[in-house]
Amino acid sequence: MDTVVSQHALLEVRGCKQAYHKEANTELVVLEDVNLTLREGEIVALLGRSGSGKSTLLRIVAGLLEPTAGEVRWRDRPVRGPAEGVAMVFQSFALFPWLTVRENVEIGLEARGVARSDREERAEAAIDLIGLGGFENAYPKELSGGMRQRVGLARALVVHPDLLLMDEPFSALDVLTAENLRTDLIDLWSEGKLPVRSVLMVTHNIEEAVLMCDRILVFSSNPGRVSSELRVPFAHPRNRLDPAFRQMVDDIYALMTRRPVPSRTLAAAPSNIGMPLQRVGTNQMAGLMEALVQPPYNGRADLPALAAALQYEVDELLPLGETLQLLHFGLLEEGDMMLTEVGRRFVAAEPEERKRLFGAAMLAHVPLARMVRQVLDERWNHRASAVRFRDELEDHMSPEYAEDTLRTLVAWGRYAELFGYDEEAEQFSLEEVE
Amino acid sequence: MSDIVHPALTQGRRLPNLWDAAAILCVFALLIGVSQVARGTFAPISAPGALEVNLSPANLPNYAMRTTMRMFAALVASLIFTFTYGTAAAKSRRASLVLIPILDILQSVPILGFLTFTVVFFMSLFPGNVLGLELASIFAIFTSQAWNMAFSLYQSLKTVPADLREAADSFHLTIWQRYWRLEVPFAVPGLVWNTMMSMSGGWFFVVASEAVAVGDNSWKLPGIGSYVALALEQRDILAVFYAIGTMLLVILAYDQLLFRPLVAWSQKFRFETTAGATATDPWLLRMMRRTRLLSLGADALGGMATALGGVPLRFLPGNRSAVVDQRRSRAVDIVWLLILAVVLVWAVTRIVTFVSGEVQFRDLWQVLLVGSFTLIRVVVLIALATLVWVPIGVWLGLRPVWARRAQPIAQFLAAFPANLLFPPFVLFIVYFGLSADVWLTPLMILGTQWYILFNVVAGAAAYPGDLQEAAQNFRVGGLLWWRKVMIPGILPYYVTGAITASGGSWNASIVAEVAAWGDTKLTAHGLGAYIAQATEKGDMARVVLGVAVMSGFVLLFNRLLWRPLYAYSERHLKLG
Repeated sequence: MDTVVSQHALLEVRGCKQAYHKEANTELVVLEDVNLTLREGEIVALLGRSGSGKSTLLRIVAGLLEPTAGEVRWRDRPVRGPAEGVAMVFQSFALFPWLTVRENVEIGLEARGVARSDREERAEAAIDLIGLGGFENAYPKELSGGMRQRVGLARALVVHPDLLLMDEPFSALDVLTAENLRTDLIDLWSEGKLPVRSVLMVTHNIEEAVLMCDRILVFSSNPGRVSSELRVPFAHPRNRLDPAFRQMVDDIYALMTRRPVPSRTLAAAPSNIGMPLQRVGTNQMAGLMEALVQPPYNGRADLPALAAALQYEVDELLPLGETLQLLHFGLLEEGDMMLTEVGRRFVAAEPEERKRLFGAAMLAHVPLARMVRQVLDERWNHRASAVRFRDELEDHMSPEYAEDTLRTLVAWGRYAELFGYDEEAEQFSLEEVE
Repeated sequence: MSDIVHPALTQGRRLPNLWDAAAILCVFALLIGVSQVARGTFAPISAPGALEVNLSPANLPNYAMRTTMRMFAALVASLIFTFTYGTAAAKSRRASLVLIPILDILQSVPILGFLTFTVVFFMSLFPGNVLGLELASIFAIFTSQAWNMAFSLYQSLKTVPADLREAADSFHLTIWQRYWRLEVPFAVPGLVWNTMMSMSGGWFFVVASEAVAVGDNSWKLPGIGSYVALALEQRDILAVFYAIGTMLLVILAYDQLLFRPLVAWSQKFRFETTAGATATDPWLLRMMRRTRLLSLGADALGGMATALGGVPLRFLPGNRSAVVDQRRSRAVDIVWLLILAVVLVWAVTRIVTFVSGEVQFRDLWQVLLVGSFTLIRVVVLIALATLVWVPIGVWLGLRPVWARRAQPIAQFLAAFPANLLFPPFVLFIVYFGLSADVWLTPLMILGTQWYILFNVVAGAAAYPGDLQEAAQNFRVGGLLWWRKVMIPGILPYYVTGAITASGGSWNASIVAEVAAWGDTKLTAHGLGAYIAQATEKGDMARVVLGVAVMSGFVLLFNRLLWRPLYAYSERHLKLG
């Protein structure tokens, strides 16, 4: 079934942009110029890091969000509000805790006013199809995560949607459960038993995308856009150990770690303080660098292998790698991560020396840290309100990013003893720094 | 889990059984009682015995029934108010601009002070009929219940989880379906809890509102409250104890028949994704499930309600253009704000003309002075109650077995109308010739101290075991243990209880600062006594002034002390 992709476009997204206004003339762009065509009979993945806007795009397609610009056409009609024939599976399952499994599954039918007997019949069919038989009268809280997501799937499938949307459907599940659900779903799809015409799923798991999908759209962040599109040529069932499969995973890692083509906002001034910091802890960085120094890596590691060994998702590993790169402790290249000379020195150093090295790296490569320290040094009382830095950050990024950046800065600054922070007063200070 | 049985298999067993016989008898007795109450309610005042209360204990069951029915009538009114007002505030941005601040103020206004005037108002609606008096009493109870229920619904509606909202949208639930399938169920646990708290407070008001005197006229609606009032006039302490005993039984029945089953039922709607430890079902719920006829009837009713909530009603046509909407919305905004401004100006002029006509500046000064007396009382009482109940509550809370026993008792005591307990105290004061200014004071907190106790018990019971172990491990004891280990952990709970207790004490001062035993009158200096005396004289202007100042005190107290304390403890001391 997956090889017979008809040319008929179910869904078309043209020049889609999502932005929201901050003040009069600044706007924060979450998605920029996204184009997407979805045909009947294919599974397509939107692959990207958190914050790349892929979930936003999914919600735009679902009609839950209205794009700032651009057009979404579903079955040749513009999408206005939640579209008919589109059903969604949520990362958090989004089951109604006060409804039983059966009632949860029936809710979409009920909304359409389907008669009760008909409703029960179809719900039973969906429940059996997805392997939930026997759990009809259970409440969601009595079920395990895997079973809950099966309810989420059954609830979506029972309305026989033409398009099934899945928002990181397996990321809240443990590794084994997630794999079990993936294979079940793909089996049903290959056997033509899924009552859907195509599937659009959001994921940050590269292997999941290669395992399940016919096409992968790789997103880059800030602002979110489709950076590349790949066709997965393998037939189902796919073998994760197949060299061609591995090669494809490797290639995607390389794609995702490639230095992004500098976007206009960031390229404008490298000393710009509007550089978002990712929430990466100093212990994590130190741990990763220590792991990298040791065999078998000896200073250079293949990212997929490293991710597997550390049991990290790409979503966790990439921010870590990029942060090391930002601080010039490490280097990302063609899907590999390498340790720099400074990085090696950091690993070899004693705690006090590590703090010094880290502080130096912050001052050299994080303009915001340099600015905070400078302001503190200049003030007679060596105190400065965080509010002004936050305001400045919010001119360049969303409030959530600004918050993350500030928190990360505080954590790093405390570790490096560059400055202290008073949470209650929201003030930076030099008090805890001798 | 014996519950998982296919419904088809259970059909055959659904014949009436012994449990049904018992249940049916109860239901019929209830129906007869209600019809009797109804007959009394719609009688003209001049009808023989319509407003006659006598002290024969044989009348007490009937009086208890009348009192209880008033309570439930008010509850129904409060629920209707909650679902309209609360929903409107949550759904309409414009409405919420007005409705929420009003609710906030109403919560701290001691409506008890207005009782006489609502009586006059309702009597003029139904001249010469008992119904007017009944409605006035019901209205007084309503005002003690409705505000926090509406607030609870509003807050739940505002905090429905985003993913469930999206799920409801993406599966095309209509507004009607979304309300009954998602929003109301999500609000149920909070609403049930607040309803219970309201009911507890309501008993106090129902007792207070049954015997009303305005100027020279006085009315006694048959009920437990008026029974006690008569007993006080006739110096019959035995009758007072009869009334207390009856009320104990009534509250016990209400607690067992309504409170516990409802709370157990509402657990189903708790928004949690993990199965927690569930308490055992209360006996009534078990019995309901065992009776075949009753559970069949309940199923049918439940099924009908479910079906009603599932009707795909649409109130607004879909596919509206957002741009046009926005432009129109701004225009409506302006009109709306203009209307509000006009109403505000009108209200201010009304108040100024009213106050300047009847009240002088000297009055305000006096009210503020007696207000600060009452303030001192409230502060001292809360401090004393804290010193007594926090250690006891912690001791109980840290022992799960005791906590489980103590919790229902404290809730029960909070529901008991403390004003019924006043007479023995008054007798005590009269007998020993004690100072009213000092010894009437404890009455204010008699009913409300339990809120501190059961919140502290709840807080201590929720205190994490590992933190306790850590404290033991490091041999933290004595004052340090209280200061650094326990008090920060229970502070949010304590503050919740103390807000309720202090608000309730202000309210209670209106009935507690003035007491009588036959012809002997005891009066303490305070705002409550000021309002009570003005009421007795029928002096509307001074009542309004007194109530307004009291509301101001309560508001200031909440804003300057409790809210900041709560915000602080939420921010810093939240465990987990």
